[in-house]
Amino acid sequence: MAGKIKIRVNERTHEVDAAPDTPLLYVLAGDLQLQGPRFGCGLAQCGSCSVLLDGAEIRSCVTPVSAVEGKSITTLEGLPAWYAKRHKLRKAPALHPVQQAMIDEQAVQCGYCFNGMIVQAAELLSKTPQPTDAEIRTAMNGHLCRCGSYPRVIQAIQRASRAMAAEIGGPAEEVAEEIDATEVAR
Amino acid sequence: MSKLASSAKPGTRLPRRDFLKAGGALVIGFSSAGLISNALLAQGPPIARGPDPKQIDTWLAIHSDNTATVYIGYVELGQGSTTSLLQVSAEELDLDMSQVRTVRLDTDLTPNQGGTYSSSSIARGSPAIRTAAAEARQALLEMASKKLDAPVESMTVSKGVVSTRFSGKTVTYGELIGDKRFNLAFTGKAPLKPVADYKLVGTSPARNDIPGKVSGTYVYLQHVRLPGMWHGRVVRPRGQGAYGAGAKVATLDENSLSHIPGARVVRKGDFVGVVAEREWDAVRAARDLKITWDMPATLPGSDGLYAAMRADKTADHVVLERGDISPAFASAAHVASGEYHGAYQAHAPFGPNGALADVTPDSALVICSTQDVYATRNTLAGILGLPPQKVRVQYYEGSGTYGHSCYDDVAQAAAILSQLAGKPVRLQFMRWDEHGWDLYGPAHVGEVRAAADANGKIVAYQYDGWHQNWSAVETSQQLALGTPASEWRLGAAQQVNPGCCGAMYEIPNLRLVNHQVPGLGYLKGAWLRSPLDLAFAFASEQTIDELARQAGTDAYEFRRRNIKDDRWLGVLDAAAKAANWRPAPPAANVSKEKIVRGRGIGLGTHLTSYGGAVAEIEVDRETGKVAVKHMYGAIDAGLAVNPAFIENQISGQLVQATSRMLLEEVTFSKTNVTSLDWNSYPILRFEECPEVTAVCVQRLDQRSTGAGEEVMAAAAGAIGNAFFDATGVHISEFPLTPARVLAALSRG
Repeated sequence: MAGKIKIRVNERTHEVDAAPDTPLLYVLAGDLQLQGPRFGCGLAQCGSCSVLLDGAEIRSCVTPVSAVEGKSITTLEGLPAWYAKRHKLRKAPALHPVQQAMIDEQAVQCGYCFNGMIVQAAELLSKTPQPTDAEIRTAMNGHLCRCGSYPRVIQAIQRASRAMAAEIGGPAEEVAEEIDATEVAR
Repeated sequence: MSKLASSAKPGTRLPRRDFLKAGGALVIGFSSAGLISNALLAQGPPIARGPDPKQIDTWLAIHSDNTATVYIGYVELGQGSTTSLLQVSAEELDLDMSQVRTVRLDTDLTPNQGGTYSSSSIARGSPAIRTAAAEARQALLEMASKKLDAPVESMTVSKGVVSTRFSGKTVTYGELIGDKRFNLAFTGKAPLKPVADYKLVGTSPARNDIPGKVSGTYVYLQHVRLPGMWHGRVVRPRGQGAYGAGAKVATLDENSLSHIPGARVVRKGDFVGVVAEREWDAVRAARDLKITWDMPATLPGSDGLYAAMRADKTADHVVLERGDISPAFASAAHVASGEYHGAYQAHAPFGPNGALADVTPDSALVICSTQDVYATRNTLAGILGLPPQKVRVQYYEGSGTYGHSCYDDVAQAAAILSQLAGKPVRLQFMRWDEHGWDLYGPAHVGEVRAAADANGKIVAYQYDGWHQNWSAVETSQQLALGTPASEWRLGAAQQVNPGCCGAMYEIPNLRLVNHQVPGLGYLKGAWLRSPLDLAFAFASEQTIDELARQAGTDAYEFRRRNIKDDRWLGVLDAAAKAANWRPAPPAANVSKEKIVRGRGIGLGTHLTSYGGAVAEIEVDRETGKVAVKHMYGAIDAGLAVNPAFIENQISGQLVQATSRMLLEEVTFSKTNVTSLDWNSYPILRFEECPEVTAVCVQRLDQRSTGAGEEVMAAAAGAIGNAFFDATGVHISEFPLTPARVLAALSRG
C-alpha cells in the first residue's frame, strides 16, 4: 500500500514512503521529525496540527499526504524563511515577527497550542496586516487553548502587526497594490 | 492508592561521578527531535532509587564554567515554576539567571520532593532549594577564604565571582569546585539571605522555556522517540462506564486487521491495544479492529445525576463547626438559602496524553507526563511485576494537564503494551480516549443557608456538600489485571473547603458538613484545577449576595463589613479597584431588555493563598446566551517570586473559569460518557473570551504560597453573582448553557 510520495516542506523536497491516505501530520511529525505540527485531536477541531499549504492554514491531521503533492507546505519551523521570501528580505530572521511577539508578550503557558496559534496568526497578518481585535478573534476562533492564553495571544498579534509595519510596511502584495493604485490615481 | 505511596523513601544515591555523567548523557542523548541515544540506553538497568535528599550534591552542582545545575523535584506544567525555582536558587547563590539551569525530572537524577500538586511548587519546593543553595554558598565562601587568604566576612559575591575587600583578588565558584562533589551533609542550618537584600526574587525575568516553545525546538512528551520503537494505540469503548463496573470484551476478531499487515493486536484480560511500526497503521488498526464490549447500564445518566447523588448512601462528617447555628438562624433578620449544582468537568488537555515505555524482563524505562515520577514508578513496578528500583520514570512536559488527567493511565498502558509486544512502544491517546476515560473533576451538590442581622453582619452559615472522592485505580490496571476499583483516603481537597465556604467572613455560628457520595457507580474522579472549589464558591458567594440584597447593601461593601482578615480584604479591594467598582445593591437595576448587563464580585481560594474576582457579563434574555465581557482577578500568594508569572496564571485562570462556568459539562448516558471531543465538550474560544485584568498582590513579609489555581473559585462566584445582578435570578446550576439560563429566567 505504501509508495513513494514527493512533498515539498519548508522549501525542501522530500520523498516519503507512505500510504496515500496517511494524514500529512504523521508524515511531518514521524518521517520528517518536525516538531511544529503536533497531534491534538485528529478531527480538525483544535488547530494543534496547523501548517500552511500554499500560504493558507490547513489541518494536517485530516489532510491526506497524497493531496499535497506538488504544493508547498510551510510549518512552524519554516515560518521565518517563508516570511523573508514573501517580503524579499535579504536574510531570514531567526523568528517570524509573530513568534518574537509571543516571547515579548510572554503569551505562552504550556505552549502546546502555540504551533497552531502562530501559524494561523502568520497567515492572518499576511492577508490582513493591521487586523482589528474582532478580526483577530474571528481568524483565530478555530484554535483552542486549554490554558486560557487567548488575551495575550491577541496582544501578541497586535504587537507583531506593529513590528511588521515598521519593518516592511505591510505584506508584499498589498504594498504592490497600493503603488499601482497610486499610479492610477495620478 | 498509588499517590499515597509518594513519600516512598529515596534509597541509595547515584555516585556523584556517575550522576554527572548520566546527567551529561541525558542532555546530549536527546537530540532536538527527542530521539534518545543508544548510549543512554546502553547504560544498562536503572541504578539509583532516588538521590539522597540529605546531601547537598543531590540539590545542586557547580560547574567549571561557573554555572550551576539545580536539581528540582517539581515538574514544569507551563506555569513557569521551574524558572521561579531557579530564581530562588540564583538569589541565594548570587548568580544571575543565565548561570543556572535544571534537568528534567528523572527517578535516577532528581530528588523526591513529592508530587507537583496543589500549586505547591514554590510553597513546598522553594524552602529546600533555597536552603541548599545557601548552604552551598557558605561552603564555597569557606573554600574561597582559604584560596584568597581572607575571612569569609570580608567577602562579597556577584555572578559567582567571589571578592574580598582586603585585596583585589577574586575567585569564581567554578574555580573553587568546578564539577566536583561538595560531599556535604545538607543540614538546613545555613543563614538565608534577608528578603530586603533580594535582587532577583520579586522581579520578573522571562520564562526560560518560551523561546523553544514558539520556535518548535522545545521537546514535548509527544515528540520523544525511542530507537526501535513501535507505535501503540489502546482500543476501548468510546466513553467510560461506571467506575468499578468494568468493560468486558464480548467479541474480538483479530482477522479484521488483515488489511493492515504491519499491525498486531495485543491483549491482557480486557486490556486491548494495537501496535505497528508505522503510526498511521496503529491508528487505523485501532479504528478498524472489530470488537464488541459488554458494559452495564448502571450510571445515573447526566439527567439523573444530582438526584442520585442526594439519594445515595453517603459517609458524612462535620468539616468545621463553631457556635450554634440553630438559634442564630431563628433570630436573624435576613436568611438566604439555596441548592446549587456543578457538573462533572474534564481536564481535556489540549494535546492528549502519551507515554513511551521500554519494558524488558528485568527493567523498565517509562517516559511520561506524570505530576509525580516517584509515585508513578511505584505503581508501574507493581503492574509490571518489577522491583521499583528497576523501573526508571522520566518526565517530559505534555500539554497543560490542570490536574490528574490520563497521564498515569497512558503510562501504564504504554508499559503493558511494551511488555506484551516485547518492544519499546510509543503510545499516543486519541482525543476520544482522553475525553472519554479521564478522571473528571467530580460533580457537586451544595446546600447553603446563611443569615445576617439587621446591621448586615453575617451571624450564621451552613454548607452541606455532596460529592464523590477521587478514584485510585487507573483504567489500564483495572482492564489488564482486574484490580478492584478503590478510592483515595479523604484529604482536604476532597471535602467542603472553608476557603470557599465562609472562612473569609467573621461568622460566629458556622457549620460545614461533607457528604461523601460513594464513587463506585459514578464516573472516575480526580483533582481538576481548584477541585470542587468553583462549585463551592458558585453556591456560597451567591448566597452572600442574596443576603446583601436583602440588607439593601452593595455586595462589595457587604463583604467589607464582614471581613477582618487583612489578606482577604486585600484581594477583595484589589479586584474591586481594578474593576472600578461603583456601589449599588445586587440586582438593583434589573431591566426587561433583550440584553441585560450585570457585574458580580466573589471571593475564594483553594488550600492556600487568597483570591478575589469581579465579573462583568451580558445575558441575552431571548436566546439565553451569556457573554462574559471582562474578568478582574487578584491573588495574594505571599511573597511573589515572579509577579509576572502569577499575573499570567491569574489571566489563564479567569479565562478557564469562564469556560468552565459557561460551557463545560461531561455528558453521559446510563452506559457511558458521550462527550468525547471538542464539539461534544466545548471550551471557550477566542470570540467568547473576556478581557482580563490580573492583579498580583505582593506580600514580601509572607511566605510564598500557591498561585496556579487560587482565583478560580472567586471567578466562579463572581460570574454567578453577575448573573444575579443582571437578571435578578440566582442561577442554581453550571455551566450556564442557554437552556439552563432560559429555564432559570422562566422560573424567575
